[in-house]
Amino acid sequence: MTTTALGRPEAAPARAPRGRSLSRFGPGRALAWLYIGIVLLVTIFPFYWMLRTAFSNNYSLIRDPGSLLPVDFTWGAFARVLGIASPEQSLAEGGSGASIEILHFLVNSIVYATVSTLAIVFFSTIAAYAFARLRWKGRELMFSLFLAALMVPGILTLLPNFVLVKDLGLLNSFAGMILPGALFSAFNIFFLRQFMLGLSEEIEEAALIDGAGRLRVLFQITLPMTSGPIITLSILGFITAWNDYFWPLLVTSDDSVRPLTLALAVFKQSSPQASPDWAGLMAATLVAALPMLILFMVFGKRIVNSIGFTGLK
Amino acid sequence: MAITASRGTRAVQKAGIRQRGAINSHSPAHRNDGRLAWILITPALVGFLVFVAFPTVRGIYLSFTDFTVLTPPKWTGLENITRLLGDQVFWSSLGVTVYFVLLSVVIGMTISVATAVVLHRLTSSTVVRGLIILPFLISGVVAATTWSWMLDSQLGVVNMLIEGLTGEPVMFLGSRAWAIPSIAMISVWKSMGYNAIIVFAGLQTIPPSIYEAGRIDGASEVQMFRRLTLPLLRPILAMVLVLTVIGSFQVFDIVAVTTKGGPANASNVLQMYIYDKAFGQFDFGYGATMSLALFAMLIIITFLQMRLMRASESDTN
Repeated sequence: MTTTALGRPEAAPARAPRGRSLSRFGPGRALAWLYIGIVLLVTIFPFYWMLRTAFSNNYSLIRDPGSLLPVDFTWGAFARVLGIASPEQSLAEGGSGASIEILHFLVNSIVYATVSTLAIVFFSTIAAYAFARLRWKGRELMFSLFLAALMVPGILTLLPNFVLVKDLGLLNSFAGMILPGALFSAFNIFFLRQFMLGLSEEIEEAALIDGAGRLRVLFQITLPMTSGPIITLSILGFITAWNDYFWPLLVTSDDSVRPLTLALAVFKQSSPQASPDWAGLMAATLVAALPMLILFMVFGKRIVNSIGFTGLK
Repeated sequence: MAITASRGTRAVQKAGIRQRGAINSHSPAHRNDGRLAWILITPALVGFLVFVAFPTVRGIYLSFTDFTVLTPPKWTGLENITRLLGDQVFWSSLGVTVYFVLLSVVIGMTISVATAVVLHRLTSSTVVRGLIILPFLISGVVAATTWSWMLDSQLGVVNMLIEGLTGEPVMFLGSRAWAIPSIAMISVWKSMGYNAIIVFAGLQTIPPSIYEAGRIDGASEVQMFRRLTLPLLRPILAMVLVLTVIGSFQVFDIVAVTTKGGPANASNVLQMYIYDKAFGQFDFGYGATMSLALFAMLIIITFLQMRLMRASESDTN
């Protein structure tokens, strides 16, 4: 380390034009790429392994567990989790008796994640507008009250919220799953308010002078200008809701409204301990992850920027 | 209180109205703001009162009761707290949780920061950054299921590799010694890319001229990382650290899918124990007490972290 420190001053002027990049060739850069390569490999490999296992014959997996390619390629595992394989077919390919009505749970997950996301983003947006643009008594007080909620972690409210949902008679319903998180998000309100404060007020003032109502200004001028952060929060909210496990676990008691994450965990637990249907399990995880992977392919760049963006606030 | 003021109960709150009038005369556009504002924040306010404020108060109340959900709660004073202090399983759960938090925070932060810094120097490719956040997009259940397959002691690909090197498989999720490190590893795998992206975004806000200056002064890469990058990143690192610690203390889904707290309580993290007490044995009062204890610990730890990070920041400036 000391040698590099001593050697650097002479090397520096030569590299100056390239700014912060390491010199194009050289051991340092090669090592850095090697590190990134390893990180990427560890990150991506499990996804490949899901794919490879899902297309394998579960019996044959035992014979050749280290093969990099699917062992005895088959669609059987997907047929099993989609419930379109006959019992004979399942047994022939090493499936267990356990199955999973995956399409039903997929629909549940879509309803849960979509409604939760739309509701919370909408209610946060209109509240943020009230805080950013309207002048009213009690504004500062309400805002600090809302911000204080950022300090309360889920752990404290989970059990009482379960009791509340139970008292309301909403256990095992979409309303019970969605409602507690659908109305209020301190982070969303804060994030959107900050953004709206940064928007120029002139256009809105002009519209108001022209006789447009406040609501019209909100929905036809402010909302479109805030679409960037609204989409950001929607994507992040959808990911969170789609992957949610603990809350749905608490409030659901049967398959009718259970989302896919939960069904997958049940499926994993009901798979026999001695010889689990790994191919079937991996096919199910792939189906569960698929919507996220599609979201990623469509919005990849946006998601990356969203995460960085929310971090900076 | 503020509601009555904005609705304008004329005679009673004359002063209030005059004040409001003063604001309005300032700009006619804001004449009806009060009423509209309350309409706009009503959903959020209801959500806040019903699903945040009320449960918080109720949770604290339930901590001091004997409550099985089926019958009304019975006030028992400090009984739950005494019970907590003498509960061996609680303390071992706390120990297990702290061990998990330490492992995942230290390893996770190190890899995340290293990855962000190296990436920042090498490439601004969104593709690479996109690929490393893939694990963040999938659920803990999916991640845990996939890794329990890969770490399987008989057929898991990781064990194929280890057996090839050492001749013996490792019981990752089935042994007391490896259960928590394995769960921590899965958790790091899932969150590393997300944290790296946040740190990366922070790095992008540091003006390159600072490094130019450092280079002219003859600072080495390592020196620049320690003296420039780390202090400038401190606010972001503090945020990532606090969020990781809070999240790790509440780990549940990975444990529920991989080990369910076993073997023999070796991975029985607090959230798992709370869930078990409340929903396995319907001991809601005690579950609430433990939640409250965990909440108190989180507040103290977060406060300490903020103090620590801020203190060292002012040192460097």
